[in-house]
Amino acid sequence: MKRSKRSVIPGFGISMGVTLTMLSIVVLIPLISLVVFTLQMDLKDVIEVITRERVLASFKVSFQTALIASLINAVMGLILSWVLVRYSFPGKKIMDGMIELPFAMPTAVAGIALTSLTADQGWIGSFFARYGIKIAYTKIGITVALVFVGLPFVVRSVQPVLEKLDPSYEEAAGVLGANPVMIFWKVIFPELVPALFTGFGLAFGRCLGEYGSVVFIAGNKPYETEIVPLIIMSELQEFDYSSATAIALIMLLVSFFILFLVNMIQARNTKILKGGR
Amino acid sequence: MHEEKVGSKIVKGILIGLSILFLVVMLLFPLFIIITESLKNGWNTYIKAVTDKYTVSALWLTLKATVIAVALNTIFGIFAAWTITKFHFKGKKILTTLIDIPVTVSPIIAGLIFLLTFGRQSFLYPYLQAANIKIVFAVPGIILATIFVTFPFISRELIPVLEAQGTEEEEAAALMGAGGITIFRKITFPHIKWAFIYGIVLCTARAMGEFGAVSVLSGHLRGVTNTLPLHVEILFNEFQYVPAFAVSSILVMLALIILVIRSVVEHISGKEE
Repeated sequence: MKRSKRSVIPGFGISMGVTLTMLSIVVLIPLISLVVFTLQMDLKDVIEVITRERVLASFKVSFQTALIASLINAVMGLILSWVLVRYSFPGKKIMDGMIELPFAMPTAVAGIALTSLTADQGWIGSFFARYGIKIAYTKIGITVALVFVGLPFVVRSVQPVLEKLDPSYEEAAGVLGANPVMIFWKVIFPELVPALFTGFGLAFGRCLGEYGSVVFIAGNKPYETEIVPLIIMSELQEFDYSSATAIALIMLLVSFFILFLVNMIQARNTKILKGGR
Repeated sequence: MHEEKVGSKIVKGILIGLSILFLVVMLLFPLFIIITESLKNGWNTYIKAVTDKYTVSALWLTLKATVIAVALNTIFGIFAAWTITKFHFKGKKILTTLIDIPVTVSPIIAGLIFLLTFGRQSFLYPYLQAANIKIVFAVPGIILATIFVTFPFISRELIPVLEAQGTEEEEAAALMGAGGITIFRKITFPHIKWAFIYGIVLCTARAMGEFGAVSVLSGHLRGVTNTLPLHVEILFNEFQYVPAFAVSSILVMLALIILVIRSVVEHISGKEE
């Protein structure tokens, strides 16, 4: 970053001031108090809390379901953005608008709707119950809720890249005799990989922390369908703030790591987007 | 594009079919079930659930928290985006990362952080108590949590647009003697108008639906610190399914209105370009 000349545009002082003041009140002071609270804790206690069997089991459930859900979203997101960008068909506009529904719909509402759909008497649940598959109150149910929540992320990161992709490369490949499948995997797909990873990372991060839509469908059986945010919540309800903080710290580290990776990929991605114009 | 072969037509059909099936099951089914379940016992039960005293007070609290959060985040978003895109300074990367933190943090952890900041074991607690300010398990806590989870929503929409626009126009205006407010109103704002509205729409959607963070900081007092999403949870856990879905339907209607506004905004802004 360069130390540059003073800008001629006025208002640096006041806008920086307002930005920093609000940032401090809303983000910095709370984060600092988390750090202060953490420093008062004993490392031994932290390790004791996070290696409790029930906590470890919840980590496993959270990571497993978030990973599977984000993978499903990566595949479906790629297909959806392909369909939305490359094909034209009636109802496409509505489809495009619907993608954002999981962002707009409150998570608790999504949670109870999906629960009653996938319970044994529900529209979807009764269909699968005939084959002995239970969805609600199992890990499958958690995954379904997370697929719902993470749905827009991959589409919204892949779609713009696909739109900006220069068609001349595909045409060149076609002229040189490549078939459509080859063109997709050798020419188009490599360009989409960074965006796909960004979307996957964002969805994965969101899924790990998701609470509202999962609590209802999970059934919350200890060791089986208990996710990490739920464990933190139950520690808080027992006013055991240190245990809650210990578990939260691990989750924070993971989500910062994901954010870091996503930002790195996104920096590359932006270059492609700008270059393609 | 090239001539369509039979093979690619089949692929097209399969992909579109798969997409529609996926969206219908994952998105439309949940919407329909909310409508059918909430009307299962007829309109009278529905009206009764929606006009229930606790529902109405929860609706007011949700609207209050949403309006305050959107207003404050709008002010922040404009100033932050202006600072980040129109000036060069050290530590810009750190600043943008800090602004983005709230969206990467799990809502439950966001709630926890505010509990630690303003709760009983905080170093601020004695002062707050001396000043007779109650934040945790009270309305201010709910509002703070809502502001936190939606904090970067507006600045995030504005920054890319302003970055693409550059600073030449503002510099020219400044050299000709225009003041900061005039420059913003006459030159910058027309560029960011649609991104701005879009940001507000997104922020509103998230603010009114926030559940996790608010749930941690609310004392779950009916009629006092209950927002609509929390009220849905209470009703559902009490096995009052029809009222739970009826209250949900209010939130769904708000969500659909937001989606429609979003699409309209996108449509108009696309036409203007």
